[in-house]
Amino acid sequence: MKKFLSVLLALGLAVSATACAGGASSSSEAASSEPEATPAAESEAATSEAAAATGEVMTYDEYMAAAVDEAVTIESCVQAKQSYYAEQGTATVYLQDEDGAYFAYDMACTQEEYDAMTEGTRIRVSGYKAEWSGEIEIMDGQLDEILEGDTYVAEPLDVTELLGTDELESHQNEKVKFTGLTVAPSTIEGDTTEYAFLYNYDGSGTQGDDVYFNVEYNGETYQFLVESYLCDSSTDVYKAVEALEIGQTIDCEGFLYWYEGVNPHITSVTVAG
Amino acid sequence: MKHRTRPAALLLAACMAGALLTGCHGSREQAAFTVPDSFDTSRDYEITFWAKNDTNKTQTDIYRQAIEDFQALYPNITVTLRLYTDYGDIYNDVITNISTGTTPNVCITYPDHIATYLTGDNVVVPLDGLFTDEKYGLGGSELAFDGPAQNEVMPRFLEECRLNGHYYALPYMRSTEACYVNKDMVESLGFTLPEDTLTWDFIWEVSEAAAATKGADGVYAVNGQEVLIPFLYKSTDNMMIQMLRQLNAGYSTASGDVQLFNDTTKDLLLDIAGHTASGAFSTFKISGYPANFLNAGQCIFAVDSTAGATWMGCGAPLVDIDPSEIVEFETAVYPVPQFDPAHPQMISQGPSVCIFNKEDPQEVLASWLFAQYLLTDEVQIAYSQTEGYVPVTEKARSTPEYQDYLSRAGEDDDDHYDIKIQAAQLLLDHPDDTFTTAVFNGSASLRNAAGQLIEDVTKGVRRGQTVDDAFIDQLYTDTAALYHLDSVAANGAAKADLGPLPGTAAALLAALAAAWACILAYVARQAVRARKKVKKE
Repeated sequence: MKKFLSVLLALGLAVSATACAGGASSSSEAASSEPEATPAAESEAATSEAAAATGEVMTYDEYMAAAVDEAVTIESCVQAKQSYYAEQGTATVYLQDEDGAYFAYDMACTQEEYDAMTEGTRIRVSGYKAEWSGEIEIMDGQLDEILEGDTYVAEPLDVTELLGTDELESHQNEKVKFTGLTVAPSTIEGDTTEYAFLYNYDGSGTQGDDVYFNVEYNGETYQFLVESYLCDSSTDVYKAVEALEIGQTIDCEGFLYWYEGVNPHITSVTVAG
Repeated sequence: MKHRTRPAALLLAACMAGALLTGCHGSREQAAFTVPDSFDTSRDYEITFWAKNDTNKTQTDIYRQAIEDFQALYPNITVTLRLYTDYGDIYNDVITNISTGTTPNVCITYPDHIATYLTGDNVVVPLDGLFTDEKYGLGGSELAFDGPAQNEVMPRFLEECRLNGHYYALPYMRSTEACYVNKDMVESLGFTLPEDTLTWDFIWEVSEAAAATKGADGVYAVNGQEVLIPFLYKSTDNMMIQMLRQLNAGYSTASGDVQLFNDTTKDLLLDIAGHTASGAFSTFKISGYPANFLNAGQCIFAVDSTAGATWMGCGAPLVDIDPSEIVEFETAVYPVPQFDPAHPQMISQGPSVCIFNKEDPQEVLASWLFAQYLLTDEVQIAYSQTEGYVPVTEKARSTPEYQDYLSRAGEDDDDHYDIKIQAAQLLLDHPDDTFTTAVFNGSASLRNAAGQLIEDVTKGVRRGQTVDDAFIDQLYTDTAALYHLDSVAANGAAKADLGPLPGTAAALLAALAAAWACILAYVARQAVRARKKVKKE
């Protein structure tokens, strides 16, 4: 009996030691995997917030006529998407169909839905119309559904001649192109050097940040940028801008974003001469 | 035109942080750092410095200059700079790199973030021993530069870097929030600005009066424009935190017990809702940068960081809007509005510097030397002048150079831009009126939640929802769940559901129970036998 008990207790000790090791590990894991910050549930909550906005699908004209802060639901086609913000379960999407363009800022969707949205995919989005520093957008939106059937990929509209005119704003968020622009110098405060592009608007950034460059047309200078969340440093357009030289003639394509004025998010640059 | 990049929401990577930090408890676990007896200058060290700037080229130039000057003093240390413009991005990248053992050596950070980093073992170096080291500590005898002694670092700011009884960071720069006021518009409405401190009542009264000037044609008489946001707040988390603090109401305990969802908060939210309904109030997330509205004559009270002062006012050196949209007005700079002007309370904020642990203590020591170098007068004074920051050392503040800088406010609209220097002076004038919130694992989420309450109430009103007690109650529930505040225990740790008992544990308990049962049975049997033996005898 004593031998049996000794064996049993020894076994218990061994199992105990093993369990303690595992337990310690589990314990620390539990402590460190504590849901410190926020968002896993972000997309869920964003969804519930936007759900209130879900309503009848509006036409583009109805959407444009809607007041700021009004609940809106639209159907349109994905033209491009910024990188997925996994922490909060959102993505910013450029949308356009035959009638007009939309910008859905931080639209709630799952990673799977994000992956399923390719150029041309038709989707239904609900949210609230907003104006942020001049940009008309859908705020606090959610992806209601990815729609089967018709897809649409917009042809870029040449708005070169509209640069500097009030009419340009009426094409906000559309896929556009500019032709025959001249790369103009960018400068950094306190530095007389002329640059063809800058990382961040004032040159304070490094590779990987947004890239800004100036273009000249009809004697006026405009500032364009490659938005790094849309086209990161591995993309052709990012590299093309890094290779620009002052004085070159270029054609650009992108989306007519607005921030206190025209602020195109450029997706393609071609050196024409 | 210049552009400030629209920031992505500063919501932090909760689960990612948790999941990745879990990986710290494995093969990459590091030994605790101990200060070497001496710095081995016969070896070369390569250290990385992750720094945050306010999208400000001058700041990045100062970092680069500091590195160059430091390397001249320590030729065997090479510092590689990586620049960020967003604290959230630094935080996310650090979390990712903790799991792969590739953290930077020196990193600009916030104590809230350090609290999360500390959930990994020996990830962040405690600085207590380094502070006091005779040779390499603050003001140490073997330093190649004239750094501050520990008692020359502002004690209040140093204390903000103390977590769990240890110092885990050095303060680098400090700022607070300021209320930038269009004085002309206030006076045109028939009000007179107070001399020292704005009250919430005053701000709401003036803002309501301004909103009421909207005519049938949609134009506000007070500014002659169709756009007016009388009171615009940049950081609504700070807004809520400061309001609660001023009212001595609950936010959290020092140990992490969440108190945010209380009746005072509800009263404040309902008040804000009322002012939103009358068009007196909005937020940065909903409408845009306060500076843009202020400078266009479309805002009367703009609250933003003192570290954003170079954007404020019609003569601001940094501007986002078209120059033709800027209107002429006199800008007044005040502390954030107060409930009790006799006892003002304002948030202390600004970057700190932490050091990540490495296998080689000499590398950590090299990191410490560089981190400490950032507190030298040259770096402190130069960086503080880029915005409405203040140096964190008394040593730098008391230099003739810095005093001269302060005395020249308004000499030009660049280095001596008066709004910027007034903003810095505001913090210098209130050394005992600043506060920070408790730091614990989860405090960053709580901060976000505090701001989200205001954002959601403001949006709710603007979107025609009824914001009442029921709305707030539901908002409390949703916000607590969204930010996992319903799962944070009082000590800041999660109330984790540990799930069913593992099989090995069940087997262990069964074996132990069986062993004890047998022992008891054996003892009982022996006792019975002994009794029988006695009886027989």
